[in-house]
Amino acid sequence: MNTSDIIDLHLWQMITGYLFVVVLLFIVRLKGIPREKEILISTVRMTLQLILVGYLLSYIFEFPSPIYTVLILICMEMFSIYTILKRTKINLLSRLGRIIAFAMTFGTVSCLFYFLFVVVHISPWYEPRYFIPIAGMLVGNSMTGITLGVKRLVDGINTNKHIVEGALMLGATPKMASKQIVDDAFDSAILPTINSMLGMGIVFLPGMMTGQILSGVSPVTAISYQIAIMLGVLGSVALTVIIFVQMGYKTFFNQQNQLNL
Amino acid sequence: MFKLISVRYKDILYIEELEILENKVTCIVGESGSGKSTLLRLLNKLISCDSGEIFYKDCPINDINSIELRRNVVMLPQQPVIFSGTIKDNLLIGLKFSDKPEVDDTKLHMVLDMVNLNKELSTDAEKLSGGEKQRLGLARVILLEPEVFLLDEPSSALDENTEKTIIEKLVQYREITNKTVVMVTHSKKTALSYSDSIIEITKGRISARKENIKNEYQ
Ligand SMILES: Nc1ncnc2c1ncn2[C@@H]1O[C@H](COP(=O)(O)OP(=O)(O)OP(=O)(O)O)[C@@H](O)[C@H]1O
Ligand SMILES: [Mg+2]
Repeated sequence: MNTSDIIDLHLWQMITGYLFVVVLLFIVRLKGIPREKEILISTVRMTLQLILVGYLLSYIFEFPSPIYTVLILICMEMFSIYTILKRTKINLLSRLGRIIAFAMTFGTVSCLFYFLFVVVHISPWYEPRYFIPIAGMLVGNSMTGITLGVKRLVDGINTNKHIVEGALMLGATPKMASKQIVDDAFDSAILPTINSMLGMGIVFLPGMMTGQILSGVSPVTAISYQIAIMLGVLGSVALTVIIFVQMGYKTFFNQQNQLNL
Repeated sequence: MFKLISVRYKDILYIEELEILENKVTCIVGESGSGKSTLLRLLNKLISCDSGEIFYKDCPINDINSIELRRNVVMLPQQPVIFSGTIKDNLLIGLKFSDKPEVDDTKLHMVLDMVNLNKELSTDAEKLSGGEKQRLGLARVILLEPEVFLLDEPSSALDENTEKTIIEKLVQYREITNKTVVMVTHSKKTALSYSDSIIEITKGRISARKENIKNEYQ
């Protein structure tokens, strides 16, 4: 990696970046939109979180250890599951909550391992420079996907209760009765990933690649990584969501194949 | 066909004893909110009673697989259920749900004829009127040829003439095929003209029961 020609951002250069926020705050105040507080808080949080993570990562990259790597993976999983449950207002201890946690963990971890050990061949296996950012991509995207899927499935069954029961009355299995809703949930969960693949390289350069190019990696190398990662992301999103919907719809039915709402 | 003993469902329905006879038309009447639909839902095992026992052909229905039961005892809900797609799709989906082989268009036209629905098979089912949807739902159930028909107000959205023709055809069909029909109706006249037995429900309890009405009435 040729790092000599990278422009290091100095503190004062970064501070000029905050001018955007100042301008934004000024406009917001002028228009009387009551969002100053949110803008300030999100700016401060973003700054603090990134600084913290920057120092944390540079420490971990310098002293690679399987414990730290695994610990960070566990933190990511826990945070993402917590976020999904909070956004969908589902209790972790409910059947659906446990399925979300299982689908999320199993789906992302199996894709991550496949990606790191079969596609990229990293060594040692816990090499944080690869492990952590790739885990972040897979977990983050799967989290977004599964959140959409959960919402769609729960809403779908609640608002189409009479259709689901109408199918049961005719002798349908729960699987048949909820097929349409399950398919819809799966679609809506992977649609954002598929759309972002379609616009890739034309409408936007994904964050990871932008970062790599900015830090001096040749665009072709960055792209080959990005392609592999997009495939990994698609696989991980699809796998977590499939596990979730396949197990999830069953929680709406009881042992007697009745809708329990 | 069905026997109910001390059946309780929440505080909505309590039936001490009830027998529904095979190869007969049983009508259920009663004021709105009295528990008629709840009774049909219990027989279709869409819900289970909290206490007591329901027997189907002398077998407790809790011991029968719900899906198997529902394929023999098909229910037509009070609110018509329409699946997205054409009239044909809506008829065929019932066969799929019941795991029965597909049939040809001639057969589909035949059941539509039975319910006086003169529409192309390719018509979008969502565009049908309320009464047409109700008849499509009935046609779908007839196509399944179950042992027992549980019909929840199958003619509530129909005019008197259409109601009369359809129920007459249904009763005729029942006689030829030896099916059992349990029908909720608001119309005393329908109940008196076509049923072998009438059950009246008041506030979740059976308040009256009449047998052999059809013969008496005619
Ligand atoms: N799942 C349920 N939970 C609580 N109450 C219910 C439930 N289903 C029905 N009920 C209540 O039980 C009572 C009987 O309902 P049901 O639908 O059986 O009446 P019905 O005789 O069919 O009335 P209608 O002639 O208006 O269709 C009603 O008071 C209804 O509000
Ligand atoms: Mg009713």
